Amino acid sequence: MIPQVFGEEVMAHAGPVPITATMVTSTVVSLALVATGTLLARLALVRPESRTASTARLAHGALERLVVDAAGTRDPAVSGIAVALFAFIAGSAMLGQLPGIRPPTANIETTSALAIVVFLAVPILGVARRGLRAYLRGYFRPNPLFAPLHLVSEVSRTLALALRLFGNMMSGHLVVALLVALAGLLVPVPLMALDLLIGVLQAYIFTVLACVYLGAALGAGEST
Amino acid sequence: MTEHAWIAIVSIVMAGLTMAAGAMGAAFGESRIGASSMDAMARQPEAQGPITRNQFVALAMVESTAIFCLVVALILLFANPFAR
Repeated sequence: MIPQVFGEEVMAHAGPVPITATMVTSTVVSLALVATGTLLARLALVRPESRTASTARLAHGALERLVVDAAGTRDPAVSGIAVALFAFIAGSAMLGQLPGIRPPTANIETTSALAIVVFLAVPILGVARRGLRAYLRGYFRPNPLFAPLHLVSEVSRTLALALRLFGNMMSGHLVVALLVALAGLLVPVPLMALDLLIGVLQAYIFTVLACVYLGAALGAGEST
Repeated sequence: MTEHAWIAIVSIVMAGLTMAAGAMGAAFGESRIGASSMDAMARQPEAQGPITRNQFVALAMVESTAIFCLVVALILLFANPFAR
């Protein structure tokens, strides 16, 4: 059997829209995250002293500090984007540990979509927070000769974000699949643990890089 | 040997070589990042947090070259446009 590395088969059709397993799993991850977040927020309002609410506040504080440290500035939009990215990527890495489920991020379309969100958020946030003129001036720093390099780096870093996440998640999943086919029970367990570690680490790296790019667009650390 | 057999052989050999070269370069780079961040942490233990964070970012940057090689090798093996 040849494994499906790029693309995947269409399971069903909803009208003209083809439905694949990745669409189902990513929707499940998103809905589970939204439900958990809503429940935790309500719980923190209703019973602020409870243990779950305290844990949620601790997690929120840790993520907020991570984002502020990486971006170099405190901005609600950056925090929202970054924490949502982290939760989605880590959640899909954990979902991929269930038998028979391929993580949604092991699909190049999903990771490209996540990278394009970052690619679009950089100019939108930059223009919204600093104004068009100040944002565009960032491309001509430190010298107008650097403008083409800045443009190339915008595209290449987006490509690198998408391919890095895709390669890590898909290769971990492929290794576990090969070991299951070759060795069977219990042998893939250490590699599955490594896969889980790499999944959460990649979520961290994706988030930190997105924060760095957004922070640079917001002009953090620039001597103006 | 038909043309398709040659394409298959060359693709498989090149996929192996791609992974070998890509993993070697990334391993050297990552070992240098690891060694120098350990060195920095030993000198300044109080700066462990920022060093670890920047170390992970640098590791991800270096590792993405190996991941690009992996993607190229997988394209050669599973999605080769000339092997149809």
